[in-house]
Amino acid sequence: MLEAKHCVGCRQLNDPRYEQLEELIARYKSQKGALIPVLHEAQEIFGYLPEEVQRRVADGLDIPLSEVYGVATFYSLFSLKPRGKHKIGVCLGTACYVRGAGAILAELEKELDIKVNDTTPDGKFTLEVTRCIGACGLAPVMTIDEDVFGRLTPERIKDILARY
Amino acid sequence: MINLTIDGQPVSVPRGTTVLEAAKAIGLRIPTLCYMQGLNEIGACRLCLVEVKGMRGLQAACVLAASEGMEVYTNTPAVREARRINLELILSNHPQDCLVCERNRQCELQTLAEELGIREVRFSGEVSAYPLDCSSPSIVRDPSKCILCRRCVAVCHQVQSVGVLAPTARGFDTIVAPEAESSLNDVACVLCGQCIMVCPTGALREADNTEAVFAALSDPSKHVIVQTAPAIRVALGEEFGYEPGTIVTGKMVSALRRLGFDAVFDTDFAADLTIWEEANELVGRLQAGGTLPMITSCSPGWIKFIEHYYPDLLDHLSTCKSPHQMLGALAKSYYAEAIGVKPEDIVVVSIMPCTAKKFERTRPELVGEHGLADVDFVLTTRELARMIKQAGLDFGQLPDDSFDSPLGLSTGAAVIFGATGGVMEAALRTAYEWVSGETLGDIELTAVRGLENIKEAAVELPGTDITLRVAVAHGLANARKLLEAIRAGEADYHFIEIMACPGGCITGGGQPRPQDVNDMNELRLKRMRGIYQADKALPIRKSHENEAVKELYEKYLGDIGGEKAHQLLHTHYTARGKYPRQIKQS
Ligand code: SF4
Ligand code: SF4
Ligand code: SF4
Ligand code: FES
Repeated sequence: MLEAKHCVGCRQLNDPRYEQLEELIARYKSQKGALIPVLHEAQEIFGYLPEEVQRRVADGLDIPLSEVYGVATFYSLFSLKPRGKHKIGVCLGTACYVRGAGAILAELEKELDIKVNDTTPDGKFTLEVTRCIGACGLAPVMTIDEDVFGRLTPERIKDILARY
Repeated sequence: MINLTIDGQPVSVPRGTTVLEAAKAIGLRIPTLCYMQGLNEIGACRLCLVEVKGMRGLQAACVLAASEGMEVYTNTPAVREARRINLELILSNHPQDCLVCERNRQCELQTLAEELGIREVRFSGEVSAYPLDCSSPSIVRDPSKCILCRRCVAVCHQVQSVGVLAPTARGFDTIVAPEAESSLNDVACVLCGQCIMVCPTGALREADNTEAVFAALSDPSKHVIVQTAPAIRVALGEEFGYEPGTIVTGKMVSALRRLGFDAVFDTDFAADLTIWEEANELVGRLQAGGTLPMITSCSPGWIKFIEHYYPDLLDHLSTCKSPHQMLGALAKSYYAEAIGVKPEDIVVVSIMPCTAKKFERTRPELVGEHGLADVDFVLTTRELARMIKQAGLDFGQLPDDSFDSPLGLSTGAAVIFGATGGVMEAALRTAYEWVSGETLGDIELTAVRGLENIKEAAVELPGTDITLRVAVAHGLANARKLLEAIRAGEADYHFIEIMACPGGCITGGGQPRPQDVNDMNELRLKRMRGIYQADKALPIRKSHENEAVKELYEKYLGDIGGEKAHQLLHTHYTARGKYPRQIKQS
């Protein structure tokens, strides 16, 4: 092929993760239904699914990029953006919502200086919203990784974040 | 055979037939929206619901195989209510601005709402709103009007093997789009417009240039010329109630004159000219050992495809410009000189069956020495019909008129350019006589006609030891097979014709849309019959016998394939790659 296949800057040329990816694709190449498992393992390698990875998967499995992208955006398990070390989930279920989850979310956005579904530039936190997590008695509630924080007020957010 | 009853009527069908097809066989039309036979059988829209005795719940007839003894009911209260609910749900998330919509009165969604007797939409909720994608010179995507039937996806992936459209995200956020929410112009879309041909709504349409052309027509300082592609004359009539395939050349020319064009030319003239240049190029490659197989270059969707996906094979392309570009170049040189008008005061409008030609005319390779683009505007057949309607012309009442000379004279070989196999047949009519020096007896090369995916023929050239092996592919998935064979060194042909659209230009992406998307092949055959009739009706049917072309060489161009011919009639190509868009570094 004439085209420079993966012309995305030298940053990635010596990246061993891309070798892992090529091995992964080679392993699945001739299998049916390979796309989802390949994306899954690719996400484990990269932490998310950057466009360059999607393109290599598309080329490697010989399927259109649009389809790869479609699958990657269909399943919530896949992420197209880098994920932070810690995942913050703010519950926006009814109980939390009426008890002020909106203000909690706003405070987090302010404190972290990111929007929902984004990650802080230092890669520490990713901010997400969740549906009811079944801790309505503690509303409003947020989770950081496996930890649950209840009866939140905006004032407490700063201290909680400082623990991570 | 399987025996079943539908609404009490017995019907026998072969095993594997769907209930939908079985109903069709007894004259019952079950409403469908997402279904395209053999291409999109996904049971998504659920408008084709029927009741089957003994089965729980309603069934989608389009994906339900008929079985022995089945009792199907297509018009019960439960069926009617369920179909209405499903359609109302679609409508509840639809802009419904029919009055100002491009598809007004030609919209499948509208028609279904009428046929199902929808009088109110009982659901209300958030309506998806997305920005228009007007990034390409050819196609406008309006995802707000998309009902997620996925017909475009099926065509783009399976028929064209391009696959730049796919459903992304899920639930309410689902949208049919190119990857990464990019625009069509940013991905390796070939702008063929086949997705437009199957879209039931106004979600996919051509970029409309009619206003700009009206403006040029009312500018007294401009000499505005128009040319019409071969396939227009057998399809334009449909927009005015004529049967598909009716030849309306005379009325079309009349309408163009009444619209105010200063000269009405025929792209067929340039199709004949193309044959002179292309046959000469082929003979040259055969004799000098040039790159073979040589592949035709008149379909800009095809050109964009090879540039994106097979850039290593660009040498196989003929260097001939597509016919309307040739005519544009001549209009701004030969013709301009002849009538004493400055080239910059000439406006060239091409009426084309094609959306890719709107892109083609913007190619920097197709700008002449004077810095002017060969062609200024490309309108689809549908756009021309709109102009005729807006101008208040009663198409059916128009007298027959004929093209102007000198760029309006043509042969039967030119008109068949409109159908798959036509360029090949026209080229062989000429190459045969040029190489062998003998007269071709039976000029109808039926082996390359028709809708078979890939057609092949071998033609012995008397007086030489050459047996010319040729192949014809239409639809890019078929083209891809030939290209793979070339790459693998297994394509033992001298000459290949490729047209991007299945059937060729007759059902190009700019043509009148089918009445029923599942009758696309019948539509192709009808228009094709029109094309071959038009060929038969002409007194001269070989391009090299076109006297006006001969005169053009004598008076202006000089040698076939000579310097002037190269400057005006030939071009070059650009390797584009599969992923033209740079990844945004985050
Ligand atoms: S796409 Fe059809 S239903 Fe929708 S606004 Fe246009 S004409 Fe109306
Ligand atoms: S124009 Fe052709 S290539 Fe582009 S999206 Fe439509 S069908 Fe696919
Ligand atoms: S763009 Fe048209 S054809 Fe494609 S999914 Fe939407 S409505 Fe269907
Ligand atoms: S589900 Fe049968 S036509 Fe859409």
